[in-house]
Amino acid sequence: MKQIAVRILQSLGLILAVIVLNFMLVHLAPGDAVDSLAGTAGEMSPETTQRLRDQYGLDEPVTTQLFTYVGNVLQGDLGVSIANNNRPVTEMIGERLWPTVLLSITALTFAVVLGVIVGTFAARRPESGFSHGTTVFALVGFAMPAFWTGYLLLTVFSKNLGWLPISGMEDLRFQGGWFAKQWDLAKHLVLPALSLGLIYIAAYSRLSRASMLEVLESDYVRTARAKGLGERSVLFKHALRNGIIPIVTVLGLQFGAILSGAILVETVFAWPGVGKLAFEAVVERDTNVLLGVLFLVSLTVIIANLVTDLIYRLIDPRIRVSGPSNG
Amino acid sequence: MGTNSWRRMLAFFLAFSLLAVACGGSDDDVASDSDESTSTDTASEDTGSDDAEPEPEADEPEPEADEPEPEPEFVEEVGGDFLLRPENIPSDDQRGGVVVVGYAGAIPHTNGAVSSGYAVNTVGPQVNASLLRYNDAYQPVPYLADSWSIADDGLSVSLELNAEARFHDGEDVTCTDVDFSIETSQANHPFKPMFAPVTGVDGGDTKSCIVNLSQPHPALLIAFSPGLLPIIPEHIFNDGQEMKTHPRNSNDVIGAGPFRLVEFDGSEIVRFEANDDFFLPGLPYLDELIFDLGLDPATVTLGLQTGEFDIAAGDQAHGGQNVIDSQNDPNQRVSNKGFEAIGSIPWIQLNLRDEVLSDVRVRQALAHALDKETFNDVISVGLNNIDQCGPVQRNSPYYNPDGKCYEFDLEKAQALLDEAGYGEGFTITMNQSSANLPSMELIAEMWAEIGVTVEISLDADFPDWIAKTVGEDTQYDATWTTLWNWGDPVIGVNRSYNCDNRVAGVPFSNMSWYCNEELDALLNEAGLEFDEAKRAELYFSAADIINEDVPVIYLSNQVWYQRMQLTLQNPPESIWGFMDSWAEMWVDA
Repeated sequence: MKQIAVRILQSLGLILAVIVLNFMLVHLAPGDAVDSLAGTAGEMSPETTQRLRDQYGLDEPVTTQLFTYVGNVLQGDLGVSIANNNRPVTEMIGERLWPTVLLSITALTFAVVLGVIVGTFAARRPESGFSHGTTVFALVGFAMPAFWTGYLLLTVFSKNLGWLPISGMEDLRFQGGWFAKQWDLAKHLVLPALSLGLIYIAAYSRLSRASMLEVLESDYVRTARAKGLGERSVLFKHALRNGIIPIVTVLGLQFGAILSGAILVETVFAWPGVGKLAFEAVVERDTNVLLGVLFLVSLTVIIANLVTDLIYRLIDPRIRVSGPSNG
Repeated sequence: MGTNSWRRMLAFFLAFSLLAVACGGSDDDVASDSDESTSTDTASEDTGSDDAEPEPEADEPEPEADEPEPEPEFVEEVGGDFLLRPENIPSDDQRGGVVVVGYAGAIPHTNGAVSSGYAVNTVGPQVNASLLRYNDAYQPVPYLADSWSIADDGLSVSLELNAEARFHDGEDVTCTDVDFSIETSQANHPFKPMFAPVTGVDGGDTKSCIVNLSQPHPALLIAFSPGLLPIIPEHIFNDGQEMKTHPRNSNDVIGAGPFRLVEFDGSEIVRFEANDDFFLPGLPYLDELIFDLGLDPATVTLGLQTGEFDIAAGDQAHGGQNVIDSQNDPNQRVSNKGFEAIGSIPWIQLNLRDEVLSDVRVRQALAHALDKETFNDVISVGLNNIDQCGPVQRNSPYYNPDGKCYEFDLEKAQALLDEAGYGEGFTITMNQSSANLPSMELIAEMWAEIGVTVEISLDADFPDWIAKTVGEDTQYDATWTTLWNWGDPVIGVNRSYNCDNRVAGVPFSNMSWYCNEELDALLNEAGLEFDEAKRAELYFSAADIINEDVPVIYLSNQVWYQRMQLTLQNPPESIWGFMDSWAEMWVDA
């Protein structure tokens, strides 16, 4: 318990450091959101520019702006979006969070389940065609950027076959009941989740194959087989429990990566999530929104790592007893 | 053959099939569209991304030297004067329905009284009405104003507002709203000359208004167009809040336009429903108009092909493979009509504060060394119009087709450089975003022929471009930009050349830091002249001076292509194109 408390305190310090670092990095770039607004407006007089900079405190020294920002964040205020008529950033992120969570969890679940199953079966007969195929698939999966995979899938399944919609989360002409709406949502989810998940299927299948190969050579697995247990029971009840530990570790670490991938996938599929919001904020130089999204991502990664630690303890009793340093 | 070998063969066959399905079946090239999708012209006017030039096709075949390029054919002009043509009215059973617009970009708000730009002025006229509209012959058409007349001395304009004109909340549209809208524009809109001579609007809460002017102002009527002066409700906006960021610009918007705004998320969706109480009887024809926003241009193209979108917008279709693809699709039509008043002119902006570029002979040499035809072929698949030889766009009545043009002539260019003492060449920088890198590289290649070395400097984004190009201590030599004429030279041309518009930090001002007092006098005189023939002559003379001085080098007049399903009727094809009311649009299902 004490170790968890220490980890939480460390995480809080880390979050603060991330906020400061993000703020400084974003403010290193020349120009600001008012310049971007001037471009959107077509032109802007020096008087209006000055008036807006005064309104948003953009003429203050960067250190003053930083202290104000950190103070506001500590009070739960992420500021307003200059490019979006002063909409609160928390409100904007709140609206976009659910689509990203849905996409990320679907993609991750899909990737973990399929990756582990494929990897496990590949490890069972390492010299089989299936196992070699898995290796090739993993290499191809890694090599394909998510946005390219997205365009490929769109061309095949939307344009050429006409099975799935090309963008968004819903059919804008949709009229129907609750079940039809969920079906519509599911159809829109397939291609983005597949694009995002493919890289991770490759990663997890490769990882679980390697891990299971090692575990299947263990004495306790041999003992289990000698006891006459069925192959399915040996694989999934005995071997997989240990073989999955590296997957859980990587899963926690990859939460941040999957959010990065979501930026590309959400942009290609016009999926209205946090990733797309971040992309728009970069284009519009909407500093507060960008900082808000970066803050959210940092928070997610840190929490995901904490949760990974806890799950680790549940899966492997040795860690629970001895602590992570011995694990 | 063993089982494993069969499996391998099967896997290989499946992979090959997948690739074949992805690559075949159509000429449409998503990869090329996706290249365009990354084009974000950070230094183009109006949203910074609307005017991005498409990138060149890597495998574009070389044109035959003696064989004329086939002119692309575009569908017959079905719209245009639709404002006046009764045969374009749908029957009762054809009215209604939903149109979904695939839109590559975001929309900041709906209030065109505080900003210009394609994005705001495409959605704005659906929710807001203006005093006048314009047909495809540059003629004003009644809208909120049933009638209008200009006083003999040119110092006032009388307007009679439509008796039925009401805002969506039921309040009458009155002269108070006209007055407030003009004041708002004067204080916030980037185009100051539009209403600079307006001293006030008389009429109060009546429908008979008199717009008072300090001097005659022929550009006033076109400034009453939907994209330039939406009439916004004084009772909603006059609350002391900052107008540029006023929440009612995008939330709970009240206007007098043909549609009511029911959903607004500027980067995702804008949804309109028909305004049943619209003051023009029988309009709009559609029940619903939806803008699907924030799309990648390649997605817009795909959506047109799959039928998810009825019409494309904001996808920079000024030439490019996507236009050709849509033209080849039997379910789509492409129109090159509409938008004539926009007058979108890409040009190379030269900084006259630079010692070398301050010599007019050097600037003339650079203009002669530019092969505009090749540039258009390579960068825009030949779809723009290179006959643009002056500051006024070629579709305007004030454009002189016989004006001076700089023909591609390397010998003349070299002679001019020799005369200026730069025969051995010199080095200049050219800055823009990476989206314009192909354009800049091509220009650099052309200028290298006369010994001019172009060092390309890439800008990260629009604020970065501003900092380098129009900032307080700007040091740029040359940059690439696109400016719009906006219907009348007073609105969109003067700003780039007037001596008093050399303002640091203001994008799309006189960024060359060029000044010619004789030119200023001509432009000012033309701005006051009501006689169209005399006015045209004055602009011809002004163009001659600018063409001689070469503060900028014109590359083309961008042609705007509208891509839509064949079922779509009455697309907006007035001189303002999409930046007009879409009330007359309907779907022939």
